Amino acid sequence: MQSAYISLGDLKAHRNALAEPVASESAGGCSSSGGAGKSSCGSSGGPDDMPSEIWDKVKNHPCYSEEAHHHFARMHVAVAPACNIQCNYCNRKYDCSNESRPGVVSQKLTPDQAVKKVLAVASEIPQMTVLGIAGPGDALANPKKTFETMRQLTEKAPDIKLCLSTNGLALPEMVDEICKHNIDHVTITINMVDPEIGAKIYPWIFWDHRRVTGVEAARILHEQQMKGLEMLTARGVLTKINSVLIPGINDTHLIDVNREVKKRGAFLHNIMPLISEAEHGTHFGLTGQRGPTAQELKAVQDACMGGANLMRHCRQCRADAVGLLGEDRSDEFTLDKIEEMDIVYDIDKRRAYQEKVEAERQAQHQAKVDALADALDASLIAGQEDLKVLVAVATEGQGRVNQHFGHATEFQIFEVSRKEALFVGHRRVDLYCQGGYGEDEQLPSIVNAINDCHAVLVSKIGACPRDELKAAGIEPVEEYAHEFIEKAALTWFADYCGRVASGAIVHQPRGDASIRQGAVMAA
Amino acid sequence: MALKIIGSTCSGCSACDPECPNDAIREKSGVFIIDPAKCTECEGHYDSPQCVAVCPVDGCIVKA
Ligand code: SF4
Ligand code: SF4
Ligand code: SF4
Repeated sequence: MQSAYISLGDLKAHRNALAEPVASESAGGCSSSGGAGKSSCGSSGGPDDMPSEIWDKVKNHPCYSEEAHHHFARMHVAVAPACNIQCNYCNRKYDCSNESRPGVVSQKLTPDQAVKKVLAVASEIPQMTVLGIAGPGDALANPKKTFETMRQLTEKAPDIKLCLSTNGLALPEMVDEICKHNIDHVTITINMVDPEIGAKIYPWIFWDHRRVTGVEAARILHEQQMKGLEMLTARGVLTKINSVLIPGINDTHLIDVNREVKKRGAFLHNIMPLISEAEHGTHFGLTGQRGPTAQELKAVQDACMGGANLMRHCRQCRADAVGLLGEDRSDEFTLDKIEEMDIVYDIDKRRAYQEKVEAERQAQHQAKVDALADALDASLIAGQEDLKVLVAVATEGQGRVNQHFGHATEFQIFEVSRKEALFVGHRRVDLYCQGGYGEDEQLPSIVNAINDCHAVLVSKIGACPRDELKAAGIEPVEEYAHEFIEKAALTWFADYCGRVASGAIVHQPRGDASIRQGAVMAA
Repeated sequence: MALKIIGSTCSGCSACDPECPNDAIREKSGVFIIDPAKCTECEGHYDSPQCVAVCPVDGCIVKA
């Protein structure tokens, strides 16, 4: 199975990747210190054969596990506004663009306020299993605030996983402290492994009491990033790498980045598009550096598929967003409201919920396995063994096709073939339906955003958008309302192959699509 | 001999505050200010004023 995100099969593949000599010191790799006491390097055994300590760390992590992100929620708190470098895609009036979406301002919190907010949210939303310390700024450029928040939470909410994100400059010096606080996920943003390229991305860093610029600055940053990553791997701390794809600067270079971070034991690599608008006031925004198209992004992600596990479901969520990925309930948890709340942290209630979800996830997995067999047969009958098409899915979560076309603010994109329904990304769109009726002028922009898809799976769709989608060559599909997504996509694919085989339709390749930047601001 | 922060351009990011060797910087209603009595422009400590070197807003910290 070849998959771009973490599923059982990937974990196995990853474990095998770690078994390569260079990463052999990794606690997640060949070491037999795993919870299950199994090492089984390079074996191709079943999913239950993976190191249990890695599976335990990722299975409920919405940023890492593709299946989990339908069911569990992460939350970020912004306690660390200072930064020790400058990125050309960042305007520090806003959140750190590495972890959040550009142009967004999170409410800055003191560590005490942050802890209270986390406890309030976790009591209300049992899905909340992951807390990230995020910008604006760099978590490790603010070690006091970051670690004070972590310390209190480890004590008061021991079932919540903690993670932090950093540009890596201060990472090597902080690894000891990180391990003390029992933080098992660290995200490092790495955009280059070549300082010449780095100089085009980072104008300066603050280092050893000086402002350092140019290639020299990028070289120091690069060395610190690699050293920090190696140190974390050596201690068995999971590391996710974020890279911002900047067309013309680091697009093909990210393949080198993927190789270098994989070599050093990175667990996941998330390649996200540069989002650049003049009104964000960033250097790139002001100089007209554009972001990638959907196809450019996918091309680089595809080229990295054999490398470190690639994560495609990152939506560059807001740092203070609360909810399942893609859903935002932060309005319910403003500082004023939290002050008034009576917080009861009920760990048993949270556990019960999490067990229920686990059962649902098993069912989802089984449905996928069944549908795969049908898709395989249908493609063989149609003589279309190599056929791969993209489908867009409207979903509100739980891994099901359960959203009305008109209510979708984003679509999940799956690449479907006889082998798999592979999640490849999200496309943000403006709401088509506002207050119950569609606004016609927004439909063309939605069509643009999913123009590379053959079908869009929804729970329901109005007559008017249905006709326009058809005219654009995209099949609107309601038949699989409330089915699990992978099952729906594979069953549709089998049906599509059937129609090709019977001569009812002729398969046509589709064109490029655009990543909607305006929608990012509006959302 | 001191520097000052131009409040209207300060983003309130707090990066300057911990870098000051003289503890001359503090927060006041969302932005940061320098106590001119304490600021030495970092003389005797560092080659260049630390707050200026770390501040992300060009031209935000100037001679008082
Ligand atoms: S690391 Fe984050 S906060 Fe710092 S300059 Fe880069 S994007 Fe901005
Ligand atoms: S110039 Fe130096 S002493 Fe003066 S406020 Fe800035 S950091 Fe402090
Ligand atoms: S570093 Fe600059 S922008 Fe940030 S708080 Fe200090 S003066 Fe303001």
